[in-house]
Amino acid sequence: MADARSPHPSAAQSPALLAVRDLNAWYDESHVLQGMAFDVHQGEVVTLLGRNGAGKTTTLRAIMGILPRRTGSIRLQGQELIGLPARAIARAGLAYCPEERGIFASLSVVENLMLPPVVRPGGLSRDAVLAMFPNLRERLGSQGTRLSGGEQQMLAIGRILRTGAKFLLLDEPTEGLAPVIVQQIGRTLRDLKQQGFTIILVEQNFRFAAQVADRHYVVEQGRVIDEIRNSELNAKMDQLHAYLGV
Amino acid sequence: MPVQVLFGQLLLGLINGSFYALLSLGLAVIFGMLNVINFAHGAFYMVGAFLAWMALTYLGVNYWAALVLVPIVVAILGMIVERTMIARLAQLDHLYSLLLTFGLALMIQGVFRNFYGVSGLPYSIPGELAGGINLGFMFLPNYRAWVIVASIVVCTGTWLLIDKTRLGAYLRAATENPVLVGAFGINVPRLITLTYGFGVGLAALAGVLAAPIYSVNPDMGADLIIIVFAVVVIGGMGSILGAIATGFGLGIIEGLTKTFYPQGSSVVIFVIMAIVLLVKPAGLFGKVA
Repeated sequence: MADARSPHPSAAQSPALLAVRDLNAWYDESHVLQGMAFDVHQGEVVTLLGRNGAGKTTTLRAIMGILPRRTGSIRLQGQELIGLPARAIARAGLAYCPEERGIFASLSVVENLMLPPVVRPGGLSRDAVLAMFPNLRERLGSQGTRLSGGEQQMLAIGRILRTGAKFLLLDEPTEGLAPVIVQQIGRTLRDLKQQGFTIILVEQNFRFAAQVADRHYVVEQGRVIDEIRNSELNAKMDQLHAYLGV
Repeated sequence: MPVQVLFGQLLLGLINGSFYALLSLGLAVIFGMLNVINFAHGAFYMVGAFLAWMALTYLGVNYWAALVLVPIVVAILGMIVERTMIARLAQLDHLYSLLLTFGLALMIQGVFRNFYGVSGLPYSIPGELAGGINLGFMFLPNYRAWVIVASIVVCTGTWLLIDKTRLGAYLRAATENPVLVGAFGINVPRLITLTYGFGVGLAALAGVLAAPIYSVNPDMGADLIIIVFAVVVIGGMGSILGAIATGFGLGIIEGLTKTFYPQGSSVVIFVIMAIVLLVKPAGLFGKVA
């Protein structure tokens, strides 16, 4: 087990795209993140693995600036994000897809798709998103929440691809979905990686995580307790089972 | 019963309904976005009427210019109030902002009462809209027809703005989940300020429209706003179309009551409110939270 306050040695030796250090966060009185520290490099897919309540979702929320109270340091290409409001963090090029998907009931599918403003050039066009998720094309006029769970997840991912942000924070995109949809989302994530996207993925399903990720951080009690390269995953399976309690 | 009386009361009902609709629309928009029950709404309506009177009396600004300028001025005042006061209470229980806006209403009314008394000031109908048309079965004053048309146009325009445009999509999304909308990079606090300004601007527009019909006096908003709150409760908090339809509908019902059972006309809206609250507490067009 490494010291959670210092980053683990990482694949690329170039400076990290995102460097999280000593990140603490609270919900009311409960101290959920207790010194999170990790790095994500350009073009990597990194997962946060851990049991329920370990602080994975909170980590994404803290990075996005949608928690009332957080301290420490979150640097994106050297720019400190910790004091910024969520809207400025989005404008800095981070795009967030929440666990509950966040599809708006009072908006149609196409309105949901077009809602996030473009923050920089180079995002996917509406047609490119619809080519990636053809199911959505038939349903553009429907109320957003009338879509199936899988379609809602595609919409939630598709709409942030339009913004031009190249750094995605995805919170359990496979949760509750049928295996065939999970496979489709897996293909999409590998596709995005090839296109140069950087992704932090929160996952319970480490078999899914193993198909798409370069590295895994194991989170427990609000801090990173281990880092596993995807290539070491099989060798470390017993240890991972112990961490996750499965 | 003479048909002229019936149509006369129906017309009066439509006029009242025009004001109910404009005011409850603003309240509904503000409530949806800010979760604030804006008790100062009647005061902004009254300020709208007074600013039109003051602009004409002191500066010679005519009705048509006032119709455009006064809502803008009041919207700016409203945005200052939202930024400097209401926004500070956003994290607290909604009761606090309700008390704040109630206190503001009392202060604004008090100031105008102090300077202008309560007897009311006349504002004459603009020359272009003087007179009326004889429809055969009734006499339709031009100004009253104009008020109804203006209210319908403004209400429809507001509904289209909220339901069909990108800005409206931001508003609806931020009403549902402001945190996520902020995480997309949209400036939600600014959206809230603009919404409050827009809502009270609508109230001021209603005030300017009302100036030539009712006498301009400091209590005009307080008298009206109680009924408008009942309209909003009947229509359902936060429903845009509900606020518009209920506003006009209740105005007409009130007019009909005046014709057939005059004694009941001042309470009919509250009786309907009580029944709706018992049968469908979320309001006729409201969604159950």
